[in-house]
Amino acid sequence: MIRQYFARLRKGIYASAAVSLILLFVVACGGGQAGTTPTPGNTSPIKIGASLSFSGDFSDDGKAFQQGYQLWANYVNSHGGLLGRQVKLDIVSDASSTDQVQTNYQKLINVDKVDLTFGPFSTLLTKPASVVASRYGYAMIEGAGGGPSVFTRGLRNIFDVSLPVANNLVSFAQYILALPASQRPATAAYATEDDPFTQPQVDTARSLLEQGGVRTASYQVYPAETTDYNPIADKIIASGAKVVIAGTLLPDISAFIQRFKQQHYNPQALIATAGPDQGSQFIKAIGGTPSAEAIMVPNGGWYPQANTPGNAQMVQAYLAAYGGTANDISSDVAEAYSVGQVAFQAVTNIGSLDNSKLIDELHSGHTYQTVQGLVKFDSTGQNTAAQAYLFQWQNGSLLPIYPATATGAVKPEFPKPNWP
Amino acid sequence: MAEVRLILNEVITGILTGGIYALMASGLTLIFGVMDIINIGQGALVILGGYLSYILQENFHIDLFLGLLLTMPLMFLLGLFIEWAFIRPLKRDRTMLSILVTFAIALIIEGTLGLKNTFGTDNIKLHAWYVDSSNASFQIGGFVLPYINIFVFVLSSALLTGLYFLVYRTKFGYSLRASMQNRTAAELIGVDVERVSAITFGIGVALAAAGGMAFGTTTAFNPGSHYDLISRLLVIIILGGMGSLRGALVASVVMLVIEDVTSVVWTPVWATTVFFALLVIILLVRPQGLFGRLEGRKQ
Repeated sequence: MIRQYFARLRKGIYASAAVSLILLFVVACGGGQAGTTPTPGNTSPIKIGASLSFSGDFSDDGKAFQQGYQLWANYVNSHGGLLGRQVKLDIVSDASSTDQVQTNYQKLINVDKVDLTFGPFSTLLTKPASVVASRYGYAMIEGAGGGPSVFTRGLRNIFDVSLPVANNLVSFAQYILALPASQRPATAAYATEDDPFTQPQVDTARSLLEQGGVRTASYQVYPAETTDYNPIADKIIASGAKVVIAGTLLPDISAFIQRFKQQHYNPQALIATAGPDQGSQFIKAIGGTPSAEAIMVPNGGWYPQANTPGNAQMVQAYLAAYGGTANDISSDVAEAYSVGQVAFQAVTNIGSLDNSKLIDELHSGHTYQTVQGLVKFDSTGQNTAAQAYLFQWQNGSLLPIYPATATGAVKPEFPKPNWP
Repeated sequence: MAEVRLILNEVITGILTGGIYALMASGLTLIFGVMDIINIGQGALVILGGYLSYILQENFHIDLFLGLLLTMPLMFLLGLFIEWAFIRPLKRDRTMLSILVTFAIALIIEGTLGLKNTFGTDNIKLHAWYVDSSNASFQIGGFVLPYINIFVFVLSSALLTGLYFLVYRTKFGYSLRASMQNRTAAELIGVDVERVSAITFGIGVALAAAGGMAFGTTTAFNPGSHYDLISRLLVIIILGGMGSLRGALVASVVMLVIEDVTSVVWTPVWATTVFFALLVIILLVRPQGLFGRLEGRKQ
C-alpha cells in the first residue's frame, strides 16, 4: 500500500518536473521576452496590449480610455506608423477586477506576445498590473494610475504621464485660500471612497486647507462597494460645512447631489475628484445642466481648448469618430492619448521596441510633449512637469477657472447658486 | 442633541430605504422558498428592470411608477421563459446547479445591456420631479423626507401585502405553499408543481422590475452594478429567513438602519462590519434567520 503511494508520488514528481522543464523551455524561447529589436524589413504590426474596464466601477472610464488609445493608434497609423510599422491595439476587458487585470496582462505578454504594454484605468488596477509587467521586464506607460502607493513599491517600469494624483486638488485648495478673508469659507466637509485614486487627493486638500485655517467639519471614508450613500451625505449636511470636497466617481457624486437637493443643502463650493469631468454622462446622471452649475472638478492638465501639442487634432478626430461636442470628451481620453504620445516619442528616441532600453529612456530625464502638456519622469515614474487646473460647470460648459493664466480661463462662480 | 437628531434621521432613512431593498430581495426569497434554487441572477434582473423603466421614461415619457404596469408584466413573461428554458431542465442537484445557471443568466443580461448598440457601459439614473428636483421632499417634525422614499416604501408594502394574500389566502397560494413544503408530496396530491414553479419564478422576476425602478432612483447604475447588489440581497434573505417574505422586509429594514446609524455615529467603513457581526450573532441563536423557513411557512 505504502509502496503504491510512493510510486504514485514519484510519478507525480516526474510529471511536475517535466511540465516545469517544458515551461522553462517555452519561456527561454521567448515566452517572457520583453519586446523586440526591429529586424530590417519587418513590416508586421507592432502589438500594444492593454487591459481596460468595460464593466464594473470603472466602466465609464474604461470606455473613454479605449477611445483615447484608439484615436492615438489611428493617428500614428495614418502618419507612417511607429518605427515605420503599423500599430495594432490588443485590448481586453478586466471588469474592474484586480484579479482579472493580472490575468489579462499575463495573457497579453505570454500568449498574445505584445511588444509594448499600456496601463489600465485606476490606481487600484495599475498596481497589480504593473507588477506583472515588471516581472516580464515590460515598461508600463499609463495615464490613470497616479495614486501615491503606485510609486512606493520600488518598481522601475511604471510611468504615469498624468499629474500625480495626490496633487489633483491642490489647485482647488489654492483657489479657496486665495479668496479674500471675508469670502473665504470657514469649514469644509470631506467624504471619499477608500480608493487609492480619490483618498490621497482629498487628504492633500484637507491638509492644505487646515493649514490655511479652514476647519474640518466632517471627514468620512467609505468602502468603494457602497450602494447606499444617504448616511454619508446626511453627515455632511449635518456638519453644515461651507465647502464639500468629495472623493468620488460618478455614481456616488450623483447620489450626493440628489441627497443635497432633497435636503435643501447648498454649500458655497462643491468639488468632486471625478464625475463632473464626464461631460454629458454627468449631466444626465444629475438631471440636467442647471444642477451642474458651479460644481467644480480638478483637471490634470487637459481640456478641449488647451493649447498643447496634438490637442486640436485629437479633439477633431474624436468628434469625427464619436460625435457630440468637444465638452463631451472625457479627460480620460486625453490621458490615454498622452500615453500613446509618450510611448511614440520614447520608442522613436531609442529606435527600438526593447523594453529594457525603453525603461532607461523614460528614466533619462527627457521631456515629452503630450496633449496634457509636458511630461518628465522622476526616479519613481511620476510626472514632475504636470500642471493642475481647476474647472467649473458654468451655463452647461465645463470651463477652466484657476489658475487665471490658463487658456480660456473664466471668472469663477462663487458662492455656488442654489439648486434649481 | 444634534447627534440624536442625526441618528433619528438615519433610523427614518434606513426604514424608508429598507423598502427598496425589500422589493429587490422579495423575489429572491420567494423563488428560493418555492423552488429551492438560489437565483444569483436576481441582481442583474433588478438592473434590467431599471433599464426598462429608463427606456419608457426616456423614449415615451412614461412616469416611473406608471411604467411598472408595463415593465412588471414584461418581466413576468421573461421570468416564465427563464424558468422554462434554464431552470426546469435541472433535474438533479437543483440548488447547486441553479447557482451556476442563474449566474450565467446574470452574465448574459450584463453582456447584452453592455453592448455598444444597447446601452454600453454608461452610468444612467432615473429622474422625476419627486426624485431629484428641489421640490422632491417635504418637512415633517423637523425631518426632511424625500417623496421618492415614501412612494417606494408604500409601493413595497403594497406589493408585499398583495403577495402575502396571494400566498396565504388564495388557492394558488395553497398550491404554492404545498410545493414549498414538499415538492414530491405536492405532486402526489395533484398540484402542478411545474406550473406553480414557473408562475412563482415569473412573480419573482416581476418584483425585480419594481426593485430596479426603485434602485435606479437612488443610485446611478450600469450593466455591472448587479455584482454589488446580489451580495446584499443574499444577506437580506439569509437574515430574514430564506423563503420568508416578511423576513425580507424586516431584514432589509434592520440592515439599512444598522448600517446607516453606524455610518453616522462611527464611520461608513465599519457600517457593514457591524451589521455582519450582528448577523453572525443572530444566526448563532437562530440558524434559520429571523423568520426562518419553518416559521415562515406556518404563517
